[in-house]
Amino acid sequence: MSLDAYPLVSDWLSPSAGGFVIHSGKVDIGQRISTALLRIVQEELALPLDQLRIAEVRTGAAPDEGITSGSNSIEQSGRAVAAAAATLRRHLLENAVAQYGGTLADWSLVDGYVQRAGTNQRIALTDLARDLPLDLPVDTTLPRHVPEDSATATMRGITEMVTGRFTYVHDLDLPGMWQARRVSPPHVKAKLQDIDMTAVEKVQAKGLRVFRDGSFLAVAGPREWDVVKAATSLGLACTWDTEGGLPEIDVFAQLIPENAKRFPVVNGTPQNAPVPDPDPTPDISSRFERPYQMHGALAPSAALAEWTGDRLIIKSHSQGIYPLREAIADSLGLAPEQVEITHVPGSGCYGHNGADDAAFESALVAMAHPGTPILLKWSREDEHAWEPYAPAMAVQVDARLTDGRITALSAEAYSDTHRGRPRPGPNRAGPAKLLANRFQADAMAPYVAPPNMGNHAGMHRNLDPIYDIAETRLVKNLVQGLPHRTSAMRCLGAVANIFALESTMDVAAHSAGVDPITFRRTHLTDTRAIAVLDALERRLLPVPEGMGRGIAYAQYKNAMTRVGLAVDLTVTDAAKVKLDRVTLVADAGRVIDPEGLKAQLEGGVMQAASWALYEQVTWDRDGITSRDWDSYPVIRFDNVPVFDITLLNDTAQPSVGAGEASPGPTVAAIANAIFAATGLRLRRMPFTPDAITQAALSV
Amino acid sequence: MSLSLTINGTQREITSDPDTPLVYVLRDELKLKGTKLGCGLEQCGACAVMVDGKVALSCVTPVEAFDGKEITTIEGIAETETGQRVQQAFIEETAAQCGYCTSGLVVAATALLSENPAPDLDTTKAALTPHLCRCGSHPRVLAAIERASKT
Repeated sequence: MSLDAYPLVSDWLSPSAGGFVIHSGKVDIGQRISTALLRIVQEELALPLDQLRIAEVRTGAAPDEGITSGSNSIEQSGRAVAAAAATLRRHLLENAVAQYGGTLADWSLVDGYVQRAGTNQRIALTDLARDLPLDLPVDTTLPRHVPEDSATATMRGITEMVTGRFTYVHDLDLPGMWQARRVSPPHVKAKLQDIDMTAVEKVQAKGLRVFRDGSFLAVAGPREWDVVKAATSLGLACTWDTEGGLPEIDVFAQLIPENAKRFPVVNGTPQNAPVPDPDPTPDISSRFERPYQMHGALAPSAALAEWTGDRLIIKSHSQGIYPLREAIADSLGLAPEQVEITHVPGSGCYGHNGADDAAFESALVAMAHPGTPILLKWSREDEHAWEPYAPAMAVQVDARLTDGRITALSAEAYSDTHRGRPRPGPNRAGPAKLLANRFQADAMAPYVAPPNMGNHAGMHRNLDPIYDIAETRLVKNLVQGLPHRTSAMRCLGAVANIFALESTMDVAAHSAGVDPITFRRTHLTDTRAIAVLDALERRLLPVPEGMGRGIAYAQYKNAMTRVGLAVDLTVTDAAKVKLDRVTLVADAGRVIDPEGLKAQLEGGVMQAASWALYEQVTWDRDGITSRDWDSYPVIRFDNVPVFDITLLNDTAQPSVGAGEASPGPTVAAIANAIFAATGLRLRRMPFTPDAITQAALSV
Repeated sequence: MSLSLTINGTQREITSDPDTPLVYVLRDELKLKGTKLGCGLEQCGACAVMVDGKVALSCVTPVEAFDGKEITTIEGIAETETGQRVQQAFIEETAAQCGYCTSGLVVAATALLSENPAPDLDTTKAALTPHLCRCGSHPRVLAAIERASKT
């Protein structure tokens, strides 16, 4: 996809003073894609790292690679950059032959030079690349040139991070810049009825400016703390029409067939076809649930915008600067070329958080203050209450067991959309998904997403069991009109689906009286899957006294990284889960950046453990009640297990992304370990002390 | 009324209102952007600095409360041998992903090792529990502190 739109070497890689520049449309969100891209080119061209840099990702300059999501960066940008580098390598070698004689076999690339074997004749790559034709097409048929030993690459930016010199959007500081905060409504249904003008005048008297468009209210000024205080005082001066408040419903009671648009799913793809009837008498039947959960970025969203009078210059940590540019331009009646967005890092986002909304809001305030750069930051409360959440999900699994094997399995997923990013689409879908457009005087209706019919997209990601099962019945159930705005969060539906399927595998293994690894292996023919489980079995230590061990296996999207893992844990007398050890084996094809890959897998385990044990969005009629880290607890350093990670580095296999490979199996393995430790089968996340106590009482 | 703070060994005159939480003074007035604002509620640890050698969160307490105290921010951490060792260990263990929690963690780890050069794992975990990391770098951060305590 990336190479179809950008077929030239110069689209991806270009010579510059003293080296080469990599151009990619994928952005760093903590997943170290830039480190991997540097490593790919460094290896291919045998270049010293100081001769390579990565271009800023800016609209109009960078390749448009859509959204940085779905663990696709390595497969898309990585593959394109690798092929461009291989083409450049071949071109430089041919150049050397043409200019200095010999054959291709006589020349090799060494440490930034093209060198002729058996001689000391060498020419700097940067000299040879000077006449690189701009129209040289990428040749995707060339073999990759990869050194045997893969030394660990130092992560790009880490030196700056540990010394406090790494620049996030939040740290930008332009001359004449003002800070801005929004004055948030109590909840999404509220409309601004009135604001006490004496409060506004007080704020204005301090040199601050108040911006209002309908129910969208913001305040800006030269000093951040003054702006924070003003936002608080203005919030108290507002009268809101709350239109009955948020519906206080049990969302799980809404996740039923009667409320759903239903589609059978075949080989991972939803079909416009009638849903087949379920097996009336399954041997195993359970429903698994996940509440609304949030991305909970450590840094609340922020963006910097400046309106020059005819151009809007934005710095944003959005994962998709091109789609965002379209949505912002459309919202403001500008041509896309009038809007320039540059990616500047934020904190880790794990999906579609408030980044895009903050970018649009900074633009709204900036348009009212031509020539003044506006750095608009959401507060912690804004981020917790207003980011688009991962939708609540339910998964009903029914299975038939014959002679110790699952012979039939039905899985039905229920949720609201996982697709709320401001992508362009019919009915001005881009603008409709930017939060502020729902609050302006000329308000847009909330966006209603069409069902996502893509392969392993949305809620049906990993709904298809990876195992060899004779008969499957898979159904996607899209339920809309639920209380909260939802969008993409790390793994989308795969978390709830793998939690459900791998819990069911555990139940079935117990019922068949077979150990969980052997049980899974007997349902697999994929040799790489079996190799992962074999390796996992070899790495396992005996289960310590008093602990429970849970096993899970999954392959992300049934096509990417394979992960088998075991979680050892104890459940305390106070019903708290203490994680002890995680043993994990992964096959992500050829490994480019082993430390980066391990970090992604570990990070996925930690985030999933947080989802499994702690996280849950709560609300009442007056608004979201989980508005900080006390009311929305997450995992902390007091519950960090020991990690034992093994990478099966299959250099003959293409590299696949792994940022979303470990969370699904982690949630399942924790649930299975709690069962092993206590005999209690937890089917609704999070597995809090309350939930475990309730489960014990209802036995 | 103007305040005078000692920050990273240098005396600084402060013009911000005395009720301004320290983090805004550091970032906005003194342009020391290494200290991060994460919550403004003393719940996440991103804003940690050292005050007279101990970890303190800077996002709530007004700057006037720091009058006469020695403040060390992430920018000044490398001035001490322990701080440098911690930073090096974080690099060697790749103990960061997005890095937003990192300055707070480096400050907390430096304060911990200054007081207790060889903490056991539970002590380290307890010292870091006020700090959130959302990318899941926890095991690497713990390994980095262990490495720094050994070197």
